[in-house]
Amino acid sequence: MQLYLPIADLPVNVFLVLAMGAAVGFVSGMFGIGGGFLMTPLLIFIGITPAVAVASVASHIAASSFSGALSYWRRRAIDPALASVLLCGGVTGTTLGVWAFTQLRALGQLDLMIALSYVVLLTTVGSLMFSEGLRALMRTRRGALPPRRSHNWIHGLPLKMRFKRSKIYLSVIPVVVVGIVIGFIGAIMGIGGGFILVPIMIYLLRVPTSTVIGTSMVLTLVTMLFATMLHAVTNHLVDAVLALILMVGGVTGAQFGARAGQKIRGEQLRLLLGLLILSVGIRFAIELVIQPSDLFTIRELGVSG
Amino acid sequence: MTRTLLAIVLVLLLGGAARAERLIVSVSNHRVTVTPNYSGEELVLFGSVERDATTPADRTAYDLVVTVRGPRADMVTRRKERTFGIWINTDYRQFLQVPSYLALFANRPFDAITSPEIARRQQIGLNNVLLTQRVGGDYADVVPNDAFRSAFIRLRTQRGLYREDPSAVTFLTPTLFRTGIPLPGEVPIGTYEIEIKLFANGAFIGKTETAFEIVKVGFEQFVATTARHNGLLYGLATVAMALMTGWMASIVFRKD
Repeated sequence: MQLYLPIADLPVNVFLVLAMGAAVGFVSGMFGIGGGFLMTPLLIFIGITPAVAVASVASHIAASSFSGALSYWRRRAIDPALASVLLCGGVTGTTLGVWAFTQLRALGQLDLMIALSYVVLLTTVGSLMFSEGLRALMRTRRGALPPRRSHNWIHGLPLKMRFKRSKIYLSVIPVVVVGIVIGFIGAIMGIGGGFILVPIMIYLLRVPTSTVIGTSMVLTLVTMLFATMLHAVTNHLVDAVLALILMVGGVTGAQFGARAGQKIRGEQLRLLLGLLILSVGIRFAIELVIQPSDLFTIRELGVSG
Repeated sequence: MTRTLLAIVLVLLLGGAARAERLIVSVSNHRVTVTPNYSGEELVLFGSVERDATTPADRTAYDLVVTVRGPRADMVTRRKERTFGIWINTDYRQFLQVPSYLALFANRPFDAITSPEIARRQQIGLNNVLLTQRVGGDYADVVPNDAFRSAFIRLRTQRGLYREDPSAVTFLTPTLFRTGIPLPGEVPIGTYEIEIKLFANGAFIGKTETAFEIVKVGFEQFVATTARHNGLLYGLATVAMALMTGWMASIVFRKD
């Protein structure tokens, strides 16, 4: 069934988009991530312009992270204090990101920037996660205990604050910085940033695993809601019809994904996620390096009359 | 050279007689509406060549060239080049106020209808249509085989937005004709001008114009205008929709 998208200005197959939403939702529920890094490339692949894809995916991630955050809230797995400090940075980062997005779009280098950030970010995070998962898996094979976590330089920074529910005592500086970075790349790349935020919070900030996913979902939710608003006000590129189809598919898929995720062990899950992120990154890298089938592209600067 | 001269003389001679034929045309639909299930459409243009007393008796074989132009827009064509091992956009050309949709139809090959000189002046064929570029501080069209111009036409053609078909116009009788105007799904919204040019014995003898419009209606129109004019409200609505969907999902799937 074809449906005409009013902002993207092209007809798409509803079932195809629903299926894409559900598939990405499944993965996101399974790993506890937003899944924007999969959704945006898929939308670009079916012919939606990168700008509209990035702007519309933001609201889709907001929907799936809201349903996730609600269930984590009921389980008291969200640290409100930590979330608020992260949000201060997140909102600033998102504002900067949407501004940079508009500038790059005017320069004609937005597509390149999106592709480059995907390559750098996904290959780095993917390979780190993959190797870490592999090490953890070997450790459990050998029956050794995981290494004790020691404090690092981050814990020597001033402006310390006590985060009760996470049971940590930490400087607010790194937390705000992390929020800014995630908000910025999220707005530019059309991703929630959960897949970067969760490892950073675990390894750098030493946030316990009990509150990490729920808290990161709150940040994702707010930055994505904010990004949707900013994209709607400044670039007029949010396609609500497209977003709604993605949301419905996404939240449904996420529920089944979450159930599947509970059956897999933590290290294996990280290994799989690392592999997935790495392969998306490599796919983008290949696209940049090999000669494109067409060297020319056209962009319309707005129809008049 | 002599052929060109001859053609010009012929045009001058026939210029006075140009009003001898009248073209009467109509499109099957003057208002194409984009609805949720819109995925392209084909319009039909039909018409007839009306002869009157002043029409030379020996002039019976007519040729027609139909040009359909969509709403005009500025477009940028960019060329990728390999820099530091990756392919990035480097050079670009700006096309000023070029048609977003362009179709040229005729009843036989353009070069059989008229001379290259007249074809160029009357903009017959994609190679002859005026596509103004900004080259430095100048505004001009360039030679047809310019890399950016031909890439531009090629890419628009691939998307079905530019087309030329020298056999699309069919004469049902010597004076009655019709042609289909295919519109792809991703067709630009706006007013479309149709120009019908009449040729006889290689000479341009008259033209007429008509138009149709493609409009979004109902829901599509509402969404598009709200997004453009009430960005804040639109954003709030999208945000509310996202929260509703997320909340409903957590309710629906809560028990299991």
